[in-house]
Amino acid sequence: MPILTITELHEKLKAGTVTCVQMVEHYLSRIKAQNESLNAFITISEEYAYEKAKAYDRIIADNPNAFSEFPLIGVVVSIKDLYLTRGIRTTAASNVLSDFIPQYSATVVQRLEHAGAIVIGKTNCDAWAHGASGENSDFGASRNPWNTEYVPGGSSSGSAIAVASDMSLVAMGTDTGGSIRQPASFTNLVGLKPTYGAVPRYGVIAMASSLDSMGHFTHTVEDSETLFSVTRGIDERDSTVKNVTYEPFDTSKTIKIGIPKEYFSEGLDPEVEKVVRAAAEVFKKMGIELVDISLPHTKYAISVYYIVQPAEVSSNLGRYDGVRYGNGRECFGAEAKRRIMLGTYVLSSGYYDAYYGKAMKVRSRIITDFKEAFSSVDAILAPVSPTTAFKLGQKANDPLQMYLADIYTVAANLAGIPGLAIPGGFASNGLPIGFQLLGNHFSESILFELGKRYQKVTDWHTKQPK
Amino acid sequence: MKYTPIIGLEVHIEQNTNSKMFCGCSAEHFLVKANTHVCPVCLGLPGALPYANEKAIENTIKLGLAFTCRIAEFSKFDRKHYFYPDLPKSYQISQYDLPFCAEGTFNSIRIRRIHLEEDTAKLQHTTVDGKKVSLVDFNRSGVPLIEMVTEPDFHDAESVDVFLKEVQMVVRYLGISTADMEKGSMRLEANISVAPGELPITELPSYKVELKNINSFRFLKKALEAEIKRQTEALERGERLIQETRGFDEKTGKTISQRVKEEASDYRYFPEPDLPPIVIEKTDIEAIRHNMPEFPAAKRARFAEEYQLNNEFIEVLVSEKSKADYFEEGVELGKKVGLSPKFIANALVNLKLSENMDVAAFIKKLYEETKVAYATHEETERAIHAVLVANEDAVAKYKNGKVEIVGFLIGQTQKELKGKGDPKLLPQLITSQLQKK
Repeated sequence: MPILTITELHEKLKAGTVTCVQMVEHYLSRIKAQNESLNAFITISEEYAYEKAKAYDRIIADNPNAFSEFPLIGVVVSIKDLYLTRGIRTTAASNVLSDFIPQYSATVVQRLEHAGAIVIGKTNCDAWAHGASGENSDFGASRNPWNTEYVPGGSSSGSAIAVASDMSLVAMGTDTGGSIRQPASFTNLVGLKPTYGAVPRYGVIAMASSLDSMGHFTHTVEDSETLFSVTRGIDERDSTVKNVTYEPFDTSKTIKIGIPKEYFSEGLDPEVEKVVRAAAEVFKKMGIELVDISLPHTKYAISVYYIVQPAEVSSNLGRYDGVRYGNGRECFGAEAKRRIMLGTYVLSSGYYDAYYGKAMKVRSRIITDFKEAFSSVDAILAPVSPTTAFKLGQKANDPLQMYLADIYTVAANLAGIPGLAIPGGFASNGLPIGFQLLGNHFSESILFELGKRYQKVTDWHTKQPK
Repeated sequence: MKYTPIIGLEVHIEQNTNSKMFCGCSAEHFLVKANTHVCPVCLGLPGALPYANEKAIENTIKLGLAFTCRIAEFSKFDRKHYFYPDLPKSYQISQYDLPFCAEGTFNSIRIRRIHLEEDTAKLQHTTVDGKKVSLVDFNRSGVPLIEMVTEPDFHDAESVDVFLKEVQMVVRYLGISTADMEKGSMRLEANISVAPGELPITELPSYKVELKNINSFRFLKKALEAEIKRQTEALERGERLIQETRGFDEKTGKTISQRVKEEASDYRYFPEPDLPPIVIEKTDIEAIRHNMPEFPAAKRARFAEEYQLNNEFIEVLVSEKSKADYFEEGVELGKKVGLSPKFIANALVNLKLSENMDVAAFIKKLYEETKVAYATHEETERAIHAVLVANEDAVAKYKNGKVEIVGFLIGQTQKELKGKGDPKLLPQLITSQLQKK
């Protein structure tokens, strides 16, 4: 049985039943056995991981305070190939950056390393994080370990696969419109999209700057909270990060969870709905009050998202103009080109007001919807994706269908609120189904509290793919 | 037919802050080894994010206040997109619809806006191993740059020249930039068109010519004069003028077409998502206003009033704030030893006696030199005698009780002594000779 939590790992490291080097060996052997079929990793940092593991084994042997000084000591982490890693190739899964070796590491990577985590490799994703299936990668599509004919979700595909199939204990992803929560839901994992402004974006290749959130995949909510406590907090290089003190959650309080009717509408797979409703019942049994709520502007979220996001994408990708980084603009894939054109169009003078300007106005309505909802409830429970994982190739040639896969996730990004995807069951075809808890800005503590209570009474998260 | 030139200005002022606009790199780039003051942010590397330099924002507000602009209480940065090898992100962080400062006036010219942006890198077109290449130096990339835009309120080249020199002086008074034309820390662009008719012109011409890449006040003035002439003559011949960018050829003294704009550029501005909007509190604005220096115009008026200096002296003294301060410190010290402000001004302006000296040393030297230079007691007595003999009328008036005539006699004696009479001694000696008469 693989080690699934940081607590378990640390108990074993303390007891001496495993070492950091053995953990690295274990994950590398798993990667070697599975990566050819699953295509989760673009770059494996074997030498680097061994070096770190040896160093941490020494620290564990020598320093009695090792586990308090290094809260993530020995935790093997895989990192979406959008995070810059000094000296380790970083491609964004695009041919444009196929040879790019960064001169610096992302703030989050630095924080993980300072906490004792061991980076084992860089994971595959939709190129530039553009996609919901992993199929847009220039390094080949990756596959769902629960059934390799199905997509793992995206864009943080490889990170989800790595954790789901025991190739690393935890993984970092990015969530711009659902890119952590949706693959987490498709692979039976916990996926956190933090509040915008909680975790620094510095050093992560930007997709859409006002939407990008730096989050992670774990098996348990407890580990999600541990990682979050390491990665979050102000950064002198990212001025959008806010200085927020997270108060521990007051457990004596009665909690209300809102069930938004707009998230249980037409197009929601009945099997998914059943799982999400069942999760709500689990909370109800704990004495948590369920409240029917409405988020009336939900139906506009996808339209707004597909204006704001390509606009920012078109701006952020301009720097890959062929002058630097070795590879020219012809190396961009079809999806990136599509978004560059869409974004350029909506920002053009004469169209700005009709598209970007209007989208920003509707965006503020969506924010208001959530603000009003959170004045009466502590969290919102909703499906992550309208369906379970779909088959490879099923939506690849229909960009609009692919965009609609984000329908339940993008609103959180537009509003900048946190979302926590949690395993909630399985469909009849054996594929995992998750649900998500959404919270007010900087209310991750509530989501973690609810998630931990849920996982105490359920065991979905312990299920492993064969 | 009479024609009236219509001219507006765009002035770029590169700030002298220690660090760059959005990163911690040194903002120094003049005569610095290429690409040594760089980091992921100013190189525009993947994943890098800007962090705004507060000092640069404060400096911009200072300039706005100096020109009586309205300071935005809510402002933001925007991305301005275009492709050029000196722009590593493919966009420049600038300000679009909410500049820090707007709607000011300076020397009866309306200031449309003053905003803050980042400078670009610098291209060097050179030959390496026999091949013509363009190299990029990123030391300048991200240096804080102020852009000031005036309304088209100028109608001749001379007023532009006077205005710009005054702007340069104010910028230097504020200490926000060296404003050196030759180092590129002050850059000028003028938009010029010529309208038929006389002032007031109610309708602006449909075209305008942008004069760019001009690196001195003198050349801008010449370029404007040449352009006024060219455009006026073209209009007189009945030609239609076009929207274009022109440069100035120093050798021929003529402007030359550089680029004809087919249509307006589309910079696809949108709010910079990497930088939160900026709220400027009224109290902050007042604090900045409170610490503003006295500006050249006010100083000129005060120097004329308080020290009775002539315009020539005043111009030299106010040309630099440090000079004016030096003078006033000198006046303060000079007062104690009987040196007049005019005397000190003369020593500073005409005789340039202050080189490399602190004020106290300068005044001491001045005092000693004046002492030595005074005519001897004997010479003075002789001169007074001669003056009294030559001015019998005055002596008589004195005898009749008109004591104030002594002032006139002091003046005459100084004339006789070619100004070398000791001003402390003269009244006393003259009175005693008069009394002996």
